This record gives sequence, structure tokens and C-alpha cells, in this order.
Amino acid sequence: MPETALKTRPATTESETAVDVIGISKLFGSNQEIRALDDVSVAIRKNEFFTLLGPSGCGKTTLLRVIAGFEPPTRGSLHLGGRDISRLAPNQRPINTVFQNYALFPHMSVANNIAFGLEMLGKPKNDIRDKVTEMLQLVRMEELRSRRTSEISGGQQQRVALARALAPQPEVLLLDEPLSALDLKLRKEMQIELKRLQSETGLTFIFVTHDQEEALTMSDRIAVMNAGKILQVGSPREIYAHPSERFVANFIGESNFLNAHLSGNRVTLEAGGGTYEAVAPEGVADGKVSVLVRPEHASARPGEAAGEELAATVETVVYSGDATSLHLRLKTGETLKTKMPNGPEQSTAFGEGDAAAVTIAPGAVTILKD
Amino acid sequence: MSDTTLSGSKIETETVVPAASGKKAPKGYSVSTLPGFSIIAIFTFFALYAPIMILVLYSFNAGTSLAIWEGFSLRWYAQAAGNERVIDAAIRSLILAGSAATIASISATMAALATTRTRRFKGRTMIYALINQPLMVPEIVTAVALLIVFAWIKVMTGYTSLLYLVAAHTAFCIPFAYLPIRARLETMDDTLEVAARDLYASPMQVFRRVTLPLMWPGIIAGFMLAFVISLDDVVITEFVKSAGQETIPTYMLGQLRRVVTPEVNAISTIILVAGAVLVSLFFWVSRERR
Repeated sequence: MPETALKTRPATTESETAVDVIGISKLFGSNQEIRALDDVSVAIRKNEFFTLLGPSGCGKTTLLRVIAGFEPPTRGSLHLGGRDISRLAPNQRPINTVFQNYALFPHMSVANNIAFGLEMLGKPKNDIRDKVTEMLQLVRMEELRSRRTSEISGGQQQRVALARALAPQPEVLLLDEPLSALDLKLRKEMQIELKRLQSETGLTFIFVTHDQEEALTMSDRIAVMNAGKILQVGSPREIYAHPSERFVANFIGESNFLNAHLSGNRVTLEAGGGTYEAVAPEGVADGKVSVLVRPEHASARPGEAAGEELAATVETVVYSGDATSLHLRLKTGETLKTKMPNGPEQSTAFGEGDAAAVTIAPGAVTILKD
Repeated sequence: MSDTTLSGSKIETETVVPAASGKKAPKGYSVSTLPGFSIIAIFTFFALYAPIMILVLYSFNAGTSLAIWEGFSLRWYAQAAGNERVIDAAIRSLILAGSAATIASISATMAALATTRTRRFKGRTMIYALINQPLMVPEIVTAVALLIVFAWIKVMTGYTSLLYLVAAHTAFCIPFAYLPIRARLETMDDTLEVAARDLYASPMQVFRRVTLPLMWPGIIAGFMLAFVISLDDVVITEFVKSAGQETIPTYMLGQLRRVVTPEVNAISTIILVAGAVLVSLFFWVSRERR
């Protein structure tokens, strides 16, 4: 049984830390009344695809800007490979950024954009030329090297922005919602492309997004943020299957929240049924608790509940091609959504108002600290 | 996409717009379909350009009159070109406008950077007002004030030169140079400068490689505006200039007090053409850049 997020990845816990964020706070406003970052600490490992996920205004972009050096932190420090870089200007940090709007230089060609960072580092002309060609190949843009950046499409601009940020071989690449301006199809392509670039370059990627699906499919680890704080750090599977609190559960995927009673490591739902084994997160005492059940971890059959099943009434049946979702009303008045894959049979056996018996899969009950 | 643009352009060229064409009506709406639009437009253009046309026409008059046409001739152009006082005044005007516009553009560029590329500071609106003061203070007031101050300095130092005029022109040119430069900076995406910073450029390199190249069109526009404003200033020049420091406008004003000949028309026409060429050149250059 997984416990807390970090304990479940023994294979990578020992790997080296690339970026160490230590107790960083960022206050804005004339009286420092806006708390954009509130005592944030997180260790980002070398070569990992790390995602900062959260709703807009949660502080994820501010944290990225602090790491890049665009915003000085009000408190706290920032280490890169063990070195304190908190006081360094952005041009002194071996960290590059892919901006949300790409921020390509409109008065330069594609190749000159990519060469910019190398020129500023004072690299020899020949090296720059070779590196630019290599980067153009990496992002598959060789034919467009002498184009103006205004003459290429959004997806191509995205690639140039990536190549420009990768060319100086930074230790860390920051990506600020780089895919949000692209349409769905292109976004899917670029997600794969980004993963490819990350594994090919072996760089540490810190990716900011508000799109939970994007975060789940691309990341090695995710930090879920809200109101200037990091709520949970873990692999996509841990974050999804075992969110630590209601906000995380609600933000990622669909959720059922049920009232329950905890005794030791056994949970009994108020709505009845059997008991479930679950590990209480730190700070949650025996007694009344709130638990999470993902819709796809609950299944229903028509008829009256027997044994450890939960009794429910069907309120709505939603057919969505690959799956059928049921909105059920439990006898406590709580609602429960289930999502079950559709078989090749013709139709669902449920009608609205029917009685249903619900089974919750073992291990599917997660206790939330809220 | 192509469907809507097609019908959109069709509506524009048609003289009658179907009033009830559904949801496309707001897009197709145009003031040009209001009654009397064409007549008012034609009258306005006529009022604006007819006097200038007449001025240009009479610069080619063979006679000495500004009212009676006596046939085509280039004699007034020849006379202006051969008139040493005109040439002297023209050279002075160009030197004056060139120096005033250059100094004004540099100051305005620095002022624009200070008011757009810094954190909001207290009294920034006040700074705007102060920079644009010459637009609000009546020119005649500035002229009298400068006359008194410069007279005072001249008496104390005994120094007379074109520098007084350069200083005066620079002062009233600054807001004209400042406005287009600031407008350019404000529409410029400042993440470009952040991106340059991120790509290892020092603050000075950011300015040289990113900020300055991108604000050039604004600076050129500001310079040209300042140049033209300086070139045709009469009031302040008339008050500040020392004896013999005629510029083209003050020379023409002086001429009008004596005998009026089409020579004045010829000079005006030359200034007009030069101005038009300058402005066209600017548009052409800025389009090339984009």
C-alpha cells in the first residue's frame, strides 16, 4: 500500500537534486499584502520532468520566475547543483526559459534567434553555427532557418522557442505553459515532442501548466499548488490515486467525496457496505473522516445490495462511447459517480430510478486530510 | 473563413448594404453608407487641399501676381534658388531642425525608457505632464519667456549664436519626439527583454540587441515629427533669433511684409514636396522593417 507520496519511489529518491527551493516566499503589493508564494520548499531532481500544476493565480508561474531570476524572492533561498544562486541575475544563471507567448525576437531570423544565447555567452562563431544547425535538426526546422519569426506558424514558433532555450545547454529548462496557445491536435504532438526532447537532452525540465491531463501524461513528478503553497509532490500515479487532500483530488480527475469513520487503518463508510483498508495520512486521527473514491474504482450492478455492497438509486445514466457513467444517490443522501467501461453488448442494464448495488474496489478508498 | 471574408469585402464595395442580413449586419455596417457621407468627405478634402493646390499652381505663374494667371514658368523657382538670402535661411533652417530634432529624439528616447521600462513610481503621471508641457503652454508665452531669459544671458555673456535657437527648438520638439517613441515602447512586448536577459545578455546588451532595434521605427517617427515641427516654427524663432538669423519661415514672413511675389509660393512648394518625400520615406522604411 502506498503511504505518502515520496516514500513510494525508492528508486529515484537518492538521485541528485538539481534545483533546491528552500523556504521561498514572495510577497507583492505596496504593503506586501499579496502572498504569491508562501514558504515553498521542493527539491527537483536531475534529469526529471517536473511539473508545477495548479489553477491560475496559485503561484506556479511566480515560482518559475523566481527560479529563472526574474523575481527576487522575499524570503528563502534557491540552490542549483548545491550552489546558492538566489542573488544571481537571470543572465548569470545556467537556466533558460520557454515563454508562454514564446517571446521570439521579431527583428531576427529563426537561426539568429537560436544563436542569441550562444552569442551572448561569447562562443566562437563556428561553434555557434554548428550548434544552431544541430538545434534546428533537433526540432526539425532546418528548412526554415532564415525565415523571420513572423513568417512561421504557431507550432513552428514553439519549436524555435524550444531550440533557442536549449541551444546554450542550460542545466535546467523552464517551460511556462508553452502549449496553451496551440490547438488540441498540435498540443498532443508537442507533448510527445517535449518528452522526446527531454529524454534526448537529459535535461531537467520544470514545466508549468494548469492542464491536469497534460501534467499526468508528461511528468515524472508533479507538484500540485494552490494559494502559494505546494500541497503535494508525487508521481502522476500517486497524485491521482492517492491525493493527500480534497483540493488535489478535486483538481485532478473526477472524484467522489464520502463521509466515513476511521478506526486504526480500517474505514467504514457512513453509507454502509463493508470496511476498507486505508492508510491515514499524517495528522488524521480516528473518528469522522472524509474519503475519496474515483468513479472508475466503483462499479454497480442492477438490483438490491447484498453483503458488503452499498445500496443506491440510479439518478442519471451518461453514455460516453467507451464508458458509461452512473450518477447514484446513496441512502445517506450523498451522491456517488461510477464509471464503467462498455462491453460489446448492446445497452446498459440501468434505467433511471432503478436500484443499484455498488462495489468499491479494494484499495480504492483514500483518506483525505482536510 | 474564406466565405466570410469574401462576403465581407463584397459588402464594402457595394453601395447598398442589406440592412437585415442577419448576424453579418454589424460587420458589414459602415459609416460610408450614411446619407451625405460622400459629399461631406469630398468637401472636407477640397477645403483641406484646394488652397495648397492654388499655392502650388501660382508658384508656376509667369507673372508677379498671386491672383492673375499669366502662363507657366519656372522663374520663381530660379529666383528663389538664386537668392542668397533664401539659401542662407534654408541652410540655417536645416541645421537648426537637424540639431534640434536629434537632441530632442535622444532626450525623448531616454524619457520614454524611463517612463515605460521602470517600475511604476509615484508621480509618473506628473512626469508625463512635465514632458508634454510645451504642448499645453501657449507658444507665445514660451516665446516671450525665452526672449527675456536669453536676452539676459546675452547681456551677461555677450555670446550670440544659433545655439539659443537650437535650445529653444529642442525644448518644444521633445514632446513631439516623445509621443511616438513612448507609443512604440508601450506596444513592444517587454517579455522580449526578459527573454534576452534569460539568454545571458547583460542589461547593456539587452538594450543594444533587443530594445533599441525594436524601438527604431518609433525613434525615426519621433525624429521626423520633431524635424518638421522645428522646420516650420515661426513664433518662438521670431522672438529668440538674433539679427540676421533668418530661417525659411521667418524669411517668408518678412517677405510678405514687403512685396508679395510667387517666390514665396515656390519656396512653400519645395518645403511641401520635401516634407511629403520624408514622410513617404518613413512609411516605406517602417513597412520594410515589418
